[in-house]
Amino acid sequence: MSGVVTAIDPQAARRAADEVPSIPCDAEGPVFREPWEAQAFAMALALHARGLFTWPEWAATLGAEIRRAQAAGDPDTGETYYRHWLNALERLVSEKGVAGAEVLARYRDAWDRAADRTPHGQPIELRTDDFK
Amino acid sequence: MSAHDHDHGHDHDHGSELSEMQLRVRALETILTEKGYVDPAALDAIVETYETKIGPRNGARVVAKAWTDPAFKRALLDDASKAIGTLGHVSRVGDHLIAVENTPQRHNMIVCTLCSCYPWEMLGLPPIWYKAAPYRSRAVKDPRGVLADFGVALPQETEIRVWDSTAETRFLVLPMRPPGTEGWSEEQLADIVTRDSMIGTGLPKVQP
Repeated sequence: MSGVVTAIDPQAARRAADEVPSIPCDAEGPVFREPWEAQAFAMALALHARGLFTWPEWAATLGAEIRRAQAAGDPDTGETYYRHWLNALERLVSEKGVAGAEVLARYRDAWDRAADRTPHGQPIELRTDDFK
Repeated sequence: MSAHDHDHGHDHDHGSELSEMQLRVRALETILTEKGYVDPAALDAIVETYETKIGPRNGARVVAKAWTDPAFKRALLDDASKAIGTLGHVSRVGDHLIAVENTPQRHNMIVCTLCSCYPWEMLGLPPIWYKAAPYRSRAVKDPRGVLADFGVALPQETEIRVWDSTAETRFLVLPMRPPGTEGWSEEQLADIVTRDSMIGTGLPKVQP
């Protein structure tokens, strides 16, 4: 659809890629293996735009997550990059007091129940009774 | 958290399935939205700008091959799942993929409710408007008007067929090869096959 309104400066992604150098990119910018990776990327851009963290802070947290994964035997082939990205996102969200691990787990489980009860072929939507 | 991200096996008797990473991303997005930290529409808009940068874009390669290889095109229109299976490098096509061919007489358009088995490896990222039920139903009732919204004007004599994707059957539009692309390689051709052209809300784009 043309004329999509975005609250995010399109240059922000490029700046993010510059400041966080290990982001998988092609000549034009970031590339993603699966849609969830792009969603995780978009959340980091949006939270940065809102001032929740600076890029140096983000790079440090992501770097720590990558080192932790490598120490635990991550092959570091690039395929797992956005897993580390999501770990870093969850960690920062928790450290900044937005939502802790328990809340994250509760919502994750709720989505799991929503998926379970949604017949194959229908869109999955979250309902209050998915939270137990 | 242990992860079975690539466990895409579907159990048709039970519910839908989301991978561990999809669950965590949805959880985080829901929380951030509820707390007012992010606007889902803004997130969608960011993701949409990477439309051509997500996933393997298998459908574009399939279309390009059909344009250059008449035998493959016949096989594709006869049984898309089987034809794509012969390419080897393309995984998880789904069993019931149907390719519908655009011709001067007939234009095809696909709508979908975005279930967990949306074939993004084939079609790429789904368009944002698939999330809007009123817009999807308008696409069924007034396809010509919806195409006009997307800047696609077809001759009055071209019939427009709308296909509703279901759990059992998914569709891939085989667009018409644009003039001026004679002698192009499959790779060059694949580059002009957009997501919108494979769901019928756009036409392949040839840069002048």
